Amino acid sequence: MKEVAVIGIGMIDWGELWEKSLRTIAVEAALKCFADAGVDKVDTITIGCMSGGLFNNQEHLGSIVPDYLGQRFVPATRVESACASGGLAVRSAFLEVASGMAEYALAIGVEKMTDVDGGEATFALATAADQDYEAFHGITFPGLYAMMANAHMFKYGTTLEQLAQPSVKNHFNGSMNPHAQYPFKVSLEQVMNSTKVADPLRLLHCSPITDGAAAVLLAPVEKAKEMNKPYVVITGVGHASDTIALAQRQDLYSLKAVEVAAQRALKMSGKTIKDVDFAEVHDCFSIAELMVMEAIGVVEPGQSGAAVMNGLTALDGDFPINPSGGLKSKGHPVGATGVAQVCEAVSQLRGESGKRQVKNAKTALTQNMGGSGASSVVHILEARS
Amino acid sequence: MKVPRHWRETPQRYRMEAGKCSKCGSIQFPGRVICPDCGATEMETVKLSGKGELASYTVIRVAPTGFTDLAPYAVGVVQLEEGMRVMGQVVDCDPDNLKIGDRLTTQFRRINEEGKTGMILYGFKFVPDLGL
Repeated sequence: MKEVAVIGIGMIDWGELWEKSLRTIAVEAALKCFADAGVDKVDTITIGCMSGGLFNNQEHLGSIVPDYLGQRFVPATRVESACASGGLAVRSAFLEVASGMAEYALAIGVEKMTDVDGGEATFALATAADQDYEAFHGITFPGLYAMMANAHMFKYGTTLEQLAQPSVKNHFNGSMNPHAQYPFKVSLEQVMNSTKVADPLRLLHCSPITDGAAAVLLAPVEKAKEMNKPYVVITGVGHASDTIALAQRQDLYSLKAVEVAAQRALKMSGKTIKDVDFAEVHDCFSIAELMVMEAIGVVEPGQSGAAVMNGLTALDGDFPINPSGGLKSKGHPVGATGVAQVCEAVSQLRGESGKRQVKNAKTALTQNMGGSGASSVVHILEARS
Repeated sequence: MKVPRHWRETPQRYRMEAGKCSKCGSIQFPGRVICPDCGATEMETVKLSGKGELASYTVIRVAPTGFTDLAPYAVGVVQLEEGMRVMGQVVDCDPDNLKIGDRLTTQFRRINEEGKTGMILYGFKFVPDLGL
C-alpha cells in the first residue's frame, strides 16, 4: 500500500448561504483546494453528501460535481454514511491513492441544508436513524443523543455543568475561526438556560443546520515531497459500523463503533492515543464529545465530564479537542463535516491556524460519526517536512 | 407514505412479535434472518411480554412533523423482561417525573396521522406498570 499525503485543503465560509447552490459550494471548496495544492486536474473524485435528494432534490452528484468543476469525464463517486459521509469520502479517496488506482484523488464533502425548512431538515436528518423502529415513535436526533446523555448521567454521575462545558469550549475556539457559522463565545449559563430541545439537551448543546463544503486532495507521498513545503501524511484509517437502532447497542452510554474505528486507525498508524497531540471530533451534541473522549481513549469511561471541566481539552490543555470550534460553533453541514475535520487537522499540523493554533501539533486524530453512533470514521494524520 | 410500508410491520407494531434464535435462544426485536449473537439462521417467532424497566428516556420539546401536537412527550428505551431493549413513547404519566428504572408495560395506541388524508398509524406505547 502506498503512503498517502494530503497535498491540498479547501474550506469555504460556512453558514446560511441563501445565494449559493449545492453545486456552487462544492465547486468553491474544491477550487480552494486546487489552489492550495497547485493542481487543477485530478484522477478521481469522491463526494461525501448525506442527502442531496432530501435537502435539494438533487442526486447524481457523481456527475454534477465533476461537470461544474471542470473535470468532465473524471470518474466520480458519491458516498453516504449519514453524518459520517465526509469522513467516508476521505477514506475512499485514501484507498484510491493507497492502492495505486489514482495519483490525485479529490474528496469533497458538501451539504446544502437550508433549501428546506426546519421540519423537512429534521425529517431528512432522521433518515439516519431506524425509520421503522425509531423515527416511527417520534424520536429526533437530539432525542437520541439526549437518551445517551441521561444514560451517561445515570451511570457515571455526569452533571449538567459538565454536559454544557464542551459547547462553551468549542464556541471559544470557533470565535477564532473565520470559516465558522457562529464565531462567538457563549457562557456556561447561556448554554444551561437556552431553549429546551430534548431533555436534558438544550439548543446550545446542539450543532446547527448549516450550508457548507470542504475539500482535500490526496496523492502519493512522493508528489507531496516534490512540492518542497511541509505536508501531512494520513498514517491511519479506521472505519466501523454498529446497530442502526440505539436500543440495540451493547449499552446506551458508550460509542462502540467509535472505539473500534479509533483502535483500527491507531493500530494502522502504529500509535496509541498518547502519541496524539489533538483531535477534531464529532460534537453533533455536547454529550457526543464527552462520549467520544471516552471511546477514543483520551480518558477512562465516566471521566470525560470532569476532564472537560478541568481544561484537559481546551486549546491550551494537554489534549485539545475541536480547535476549529467543532460542529457546535463551526457548523454541521452533515456531509461536509468529516472532510472539514481533516482540513482543520492539516491546517493545524502545517502551523497555519493563526490564533487557534495548537502548540507543537505533530499528530492529529479526526473522528466523524454517522447517526446515533451507528457508523464512524477515524483518521490519524502526521506532520512531515 | 405507502400502505405496504406500514402493513408489513403489523406483526411487530400490533403484536410485538420478535424473533428467537433456535440455536442460542437470543431474542431480537424486530426479528431478523441471521442471529446477531451466534450467526444461526433458524429463527422462531415469539410474542414479547411488553413489560420492562426504563433504561433511558428523553422529553421531546421540539417535535418532528406529525408529532407536534403531542409535544412535550417522552420517548424511552425500555429493557424488556425478555432481555432486549425496545424504543417507544412513554405516556399516561408526567414526563418530568420519569426515572431510569421505572416499571413500564405496553398498550396498543394511536401513534400519529399522516396528514388529513393519510393513514392513521397504530402501534405500542409504554405506560406505567401498575401491576394490575
